[in-house]
Amino acid sequence: MEEKYIKHKYEPIHPSKDEWPVVKLARERKEFVKKVADLSEDRILKLTSNNPDILKEELETTLYREKLRIKQNPWVVDPDDDESFWSGVKSSLVQISTEAGRNKIKKLQEYKSILNSITARYAEEIASNFKATHYKFTRSVVTYGFSRLLNAARVKGFKSIFSNQYTLQDKIQITGETDHLRDLATKGTVVMVPTHFSNLDSILIGWVISVLGLPPFIYGAGLNLFNISIFAYFMNSLGAYKVDRRKKNLMYLETLKTYSKEAIQFGCHSLFFPGGTRSRSGMIESRLKLGLLSTAIEAQRANFENGLNDISGKIFIVPVTINYHFVLEAPSLIRDHLSITGQERYYKENDEFSNSYKISKFLVKFFTKGSDISVSVGKAMDVLGNYVDVVGNSLDKKGRLINTRDYFVSGGKVTIDNQREEEYTNMLGKRIVEEFHIINRVFNSHLVAFTAFEIIKKQNRKLDLFDLLRTPQEDITIPYEEFKENCQLVLDKIHELKSQGLINTAPHLSKGMDEIIKNGIDNVGMYHSKRPIIQDNSGDIGTDDMSLLYFYHNRLTGYGLEKLF
Amino acid sequence: MDSKNSSKPKYIGVVGVGSFGAAIANILAAKNPVMVYARKQEVVDEINSNHSAQGKALSENIIASNDPEHLCKSCDVLFFMIPSSGFQQVVKIFAPFLFPYHLIIHGTKGLCLNLESGETLENVKKIKRSQILTMSEVILQETVAVRVGCLAGPNISKELAQGQPAATVIASKYNEVIMEGQSLLRSEKFQVYGNSDIIGVEISGVLKNIIAIASGALAGLGLGENAKGLLISRGMVEMIHLGNALGGSIKSVMGLAGIGDLVTTCNSIHSRNFTVGYRLAKGETLTAILADMDEVAEGINTVRIIKAFLETADLRAPITENLYRVLFEDLEIEDALQFLMKYPFNVDVDFV
Repeated sequence: MEEKYIKHKYEPIHPSKDEWPVVKLARERKEFVKKVADLSEDRILKLTSNNPDILKEELETTLYREKLRIKQNPWVVDPDDDESFWSGVKSSLVQISTEAGRNKIKKLQEYKSILNSITARYAEEIASNFKATHYKFTRSVVTYGFSRLLNAARVKGFKSIFSNQYTLQDKIQITGETDHLRDLATKGTVVMVPTHFSNLDSILIGWVISVLGLPPFIYGAGLNLFNISIFAYFMNSLGAYKVDRRKKNLMYLETLKTYSKEAIQFGCHSLFFPGGTRSRSGMIESRLKLGLLSTAIEAQRANFENGLNDISGKIFIVPVTINYHFVLEAPSLIRDHLSITGQERYYKENDEFSNSYKISKFLVKFFTKGSDISVSVGKAMDVLGNYVDVVGNSLDKKGRLINTRDYFVSGGKVTIDNQREEEYTNMLGKRIVEEFHIINRVFNSHLVAFTAFEIIKKQNRKLDLFDLLRTPQEDITIPYEEFKENCQLVLDKIHELKSQGLINTAPHLSKGMDEIIKNGIDNVGMYHSKRPIIQDNSGDIGTDDMSLLYFYHNRLTGYGLEKLF
Repeated sequence: MDSKNSSKPKYIGVVGVGSFGAAIANILAAKNPVMVYARKQEVVDEINSNHSAQGKALSENIIASNDPEHLCKSCDVLFFMIPSSGFQQVVKIFAPFLFPYHLIIHGTKGLCLNLESGETLENVKKIKRSQILTMSEVILQETVAVRVGCLAGPNISKELAQGQPAATVIASKYNEVIMEGQSLLRSEKFQVYGNSDIIGVEISGVLKNIIAIASGALAGLGLGENAKGLLISRGMVEMIHLGNALGGSIKSVMGLAGIGDLVTTCNSIHSRNFTVGYRLAKGETLTAILADMDEVAEGINTVRIIKAFLETADLRAPITENLYRVLFEDLEIEDALQFLMKYPFNVDVDFV
């Protein structure tokens, strides 16, 4: 391995697990869930301006949607009493509206109690089931198991299974501002925001966090992942709380936001995938789901309101990009994307991660064949997207010290202004996307996929995207020399961008172009049965699957590199 | 920053005491103590001793300073009322003393350029939207302040100074800024509307200056009200298409800052832009006109910037293009008018 990257052991920043905020939270789980339920109730009452009629309408909408969900889209993880709980809500609602002789205040009281039963149920469902013992066990299984597999694969011979020559860090490189991150995590509260391409990301990031010696982060994981028992176990022990994307009603969303905000205020380091879901197109997320992000800003303001003006109350946003040669789910993701954006036939989702067998098969392939992953940790920012210095102070663009509290001050004191915070959330979202592009690391596979696709696009200038993707594979061929020339063109531009600090590259891109291309072609989407790039006997470039090529190409959109073609 | 928690009453800051700046400072001074910034020491002294700025009477509630730091420390809310040509520079002077708690509202109806060093409008010729900055974008780029708004609408300084009834728009992404602006400015004689589309409002105020020059030219040619009605309506269509291309919404052009300001400026002999057009039509040259105007006619710079923008945008703006040729390429006004009369504007309304 000629590449230089961080491979050293980090001491845990809190040696005793009793000091982990997430452990403290687990200890107080019951009280915390109740607090979340009550606060959510308050928020919803405020949103419905304490008006029993509006509240009733919201309750009825929620009931209707929940009934529909139970009927049309039931999941294994759903609790057995789902049906009976919502039937109970229904009959209480009917009772209140049919029985005469109630005044407005009484009615509001009764609606409130239904509301509380719902928020309590949601809060309980969302809350994580973190157990420190499980966490330790899981971590050692992941690390131990993976490194056994790895050594068996790379070091030949029977005894190699006990060799320690390779560790997981040989496969997964962690680069960037890791020390700063560790440092800030001891001082304030960290909210990590990674890009999201694969379901594997959750586990990967969990592992990265533990390698860096950080206490576990809590994070929202799609409830669908808990359908799979192996994932459910991992997630629970990594501190995941559950996000159910089927539930889009006001009460659920408010409870979820309250949970996240309160946990951050509690001091739990958190992790959001700000794209909300895996990137379907393969592009770096450009439009972020701002719902959970807004809770970081809310929590920061609440800390200032409570007089926590020193660094212990400060919240740091740390963008992270995860770079792969290969995304297991790419075929279904890109098909999803194409069917959403329009013209392909309707596609029924077929999740490659649908069962434990497939995942295990992937993991074996991953470790035996060697497909490197790199995780780049970006510079920490405050909740407004200003960089922070080594001790956590915010700096403006000119490097002048500023106080994050000032953003929330109006008329000399900290005020609550939801509309203002909404705008701040938009600003933060934009800053995170900018940072993603800056810390994104280009791999040889990204380079070849991008170049190949752009050349094919240029060859067929008259076709729109969907016709282009339907072009018969036999008709597509790029002479090797032309391909090489264009790869060099793109790479030169990438190096230029890199010198301006607008992108990052993997060290292997400094090799000779022939080698870059060869390795790139070998790496890009290496385990797909239909390869995105193939090379025929004469060395010319073709493809087996245009959609996949498009997916891997998309990784480098957003830099204006298309203009080269 | 330490003055933040003191109990001293806060001043409202006004940067620039041109005719509009002075009028706004007077309106603000009716409710709050005001501190104005003027660069020249003699202007500061004149204000503090005589309560007048270059002959314009100022309220006794107004004091002056030429120290940006003093102004930023004494004020939470600042109104920037300076011409676009000096805007970037003044904002840079203030930037080191501004903090995120400051609210900034500007009243400048012009555009700035965001070019690399060494590049000028002369040697670049074509500019993209990203190379154009509205005043609020200048503030966001140069300072750490985020709560930024703008003030636009039919506000002829002379009429404001006489206390005639008028209205204005405060546009900002932040409701907070709009509310603050309203509470500071609103009076029986002065109505204040809010709009969240700050770019749209800024662009409306900027583009209407182009049409105002054209309107002055029509008046200078001795043409009547029919021609003016034609110009205002076609001018509005042009503003809508340009506004859209620059990132504003159609709605804002239809509002007080767009059509409201357009009608006022196109009829007003007080307007500097109108005057430029009028004197051009009377046969004076642009250089001669500019030489004896003491305040800037923003429209001229705007025409140049928009002309360069049109080179990259897939858009035609016949009034602006022909005005550019009149101003900078010696096209006769009569010929420009001929050209516009022949231009195939055959669809009346194509934007709703």
